[in-house]
Amino acid sequence: MKNKEKAMAYWKENIKYVSILLIIWFLVSFGAGIIFKDALDKIKIGGFKLGFWFAQQGAMYVFVILIFVYLKLMNKLDKKYGYNE
Amino acid sequence: MSSLLIEGIGVQNWTYIIVGITFALYIGIAIWSRASSTKEFYVASGGVSPLANGMATAADWMSAASFISMAGIISFAGYDGAVYLMGWTGGYVLLALLLAPYLRKFGKFTVPDFVGDRYYSKTARIVAVFCALIVSFTYVAGQMRGVGIVFSRFLEVEINTGVVIGMIIVLFYAVLGGMKGITYTQVAQYCVLIFAFMVPAIFISIQMTGNPIPQLGFGSQLADGSGTYLLDKLDGLSTDLGFAEYTKGTKSLVDVFAITLALMVGTAGLPHVIVRFFTVKRVKDARKSAGIALLLIVILYSTAPAVAAFARTNMIETVSKQPYASVPEWFKKWETTGLITFRDKNNDGIIQYLANKNDNELIIDRDIMVLANPEIARLPNWVIALVAAGGLAAALSTAAGLLLVISASVSHDLIKKIINPKISDKGELIAARLSAVGAVCVAGYFGINPPGFVAAVVALAFGLAAASFFPAIVLGIFYKRMNKEGAVSGMIAGIILMLFYMTKFKFNWFGGGTKANWWFGISPEGFGTIAMLFNFIVAFVVMKFTKAPPEEVQEIVENIRIPSGAGEAVNH
Repeated sequence: MKNKEKAMAYWKENIKYVSILLIIWFLVSFGAGIIFKDALDKIKIGGFKLGFWFAQQGAMYVFVILIFVYLKLMNKLDKKYGYNE
Repeated sequence: MSSLLIEGIGVQNWTYIIVGITFALYIGIAIWSRASSTKEFYVASGGVSPLANGMATAADWMSAASFISMAGIISFAGYDGAVYLMGWTGGYVLLALLLAPYLRKFGKFTVPDFVGDRYYSKTARIVAVFCALIVSFTYVAGQMRGVGIVFSRFLEVEINTGVVIGMIIVLFYAVLGGMKGITYTQVAQYCVLIFAFMVPAIFISIQMTGNPIPQLGFGSQLADGSGTYLLDKLDGLSTDLGFAEYTKGTKSLVDVFAITLALMVGTAGLPHVIVRFFTVKRVKDARKSAGIALLLIVILYSTAPAVAAFARTNMIETVSKQPYASVPEWFKKWETTGLITFRDKNNDGIIQYLANKNDNELIIDRDIMVLANPEIARLPNWVIALVAAGGLAAALSTAAGLLLVISASVSHDLIKKIINPKISDKGELIAARLSAVGAVCVAGYFGINPPGFVAAVVALAFGLAAASFFPAIVLGIFYKRMNKEGAVSGMIAGIILMLFYMTKFKFNWFGGGTKANWWFGISPEGFGTIAMLFNFIVAFVVMKFTKAPPEEVQEIVENIRIPSGAGEAVNH
């Protein structure tokens, strides 16, 4: 029974991480790159309009960071629950 | 003296030298990494390191389309090209967070394996096999064609001869080495293709903006001393010729949204990508190699839009309003291949390149943007040869990955799991090799006689993967209560709706197949999003009225959620 509770707690924390990261995933791509693109385009950084930059550059960079953050969080979580190997 | 010698070798000979060396490398690796069991053949014994798997996944994923066509598509589509950039990278986030670790823990050989076991049903397995085969075959035909095209353009052999040479190479290392051979050749192919893509990009970025990093040059001022930003210049050039502003695009917001989501979900549901995560040792290695794969993919994908903008600006400035008599040599050369066509409609001897179809005199194939880019920018011959080797590496690595999925679907999912469960490991290995041979021949046939609808069916492949696999797998992991009735009817409903929409609006089978009639203003390319939602809805409704999955299946689900104890991919 103890094992089952541990597994449940682990799963709950995992779901929390996944949800937060997926919200960011959505905001940088569908948010900044598509829905709010025109508004963000009014801001210019160097030669880039910001919305355009998110759509063709920024979102991709954030995607890479998200996976590595997830990797770090999960490795810690695995250790906390003794699931690492 | 030495640079004179290098110049003297010529593009043709450089191409033979560089392509020859890379092919020798691939064959050498294949001989070194022969597979001797089904476990080695299907999943390289589950012993691939995260770095090697990340590189192999990146090469597997980046096809002739990514290498040759994508930058060209973006340079004509401007902002709208972002659907491919975000769609084909964002899918890896879904893969890493929602699928890869759990499928690795589950630890079988194929995607239909998971669907069949999790939904305790032969029907589910057969539906999954059917989807895997359609998705993979449509893809692989395009790859073989890509090999033929690269050969014909750079080595001046017939396209068909090129396809046959490509078939022989792939046959050699896919049939001999299986997943093990494919993995290590893909590692080499990633190195070749990324080098080949980056070298011209860096050269051109320096030429145009003075910045050696294309991602930064993209947002810099032009090197001509005018103080104008590249993108502002390009916006101006585009509107002058009657095109939309480069940074604006023409697609509607809802369609951009739908296409991006369909490509993301489709990417995460493609069997040849998913299966790569069965090859690593531990669950945490699956997460890590997804991260490495995306990082390596983004190196190319973040460069592509920069190349697109450079090439577009360069192109317009070189040809627009210039006298035809004084066009550079590359223009004439590509004209003979039919990829550039010029018709002097008003007989003034000047090239009018305009958005208005009636006045426009110049038609440019989008593939030229990458293939001819080094020539347009007058780069050295060896760089041009490198692009040929890179294009071949991209096409061959993707073709090999797809062929493996096809052969595993036939020998493992159909023969071992359904037709003849008593087959020995040795027998199954022979069956796997024979189906790989068969798959190469079918792929070669489609490469030589490409069906006219290839471009249309590649979009269908993503839509199908999104509409079928993705919901079934995600629900299988995250929703214990999902049963076989729900998942199977969801998959079938999703596929049928997707097929209906594609045939209606791509081939006009049912009449009324025009843009004005699109549902919710969504193009067939983006419809995978709707079909996926439909799959989810049908799955939930049917589940509500049918009984819960058996106790032992719920235990499987609890088990795959815990990362430890993955062991090696089990032989079963």
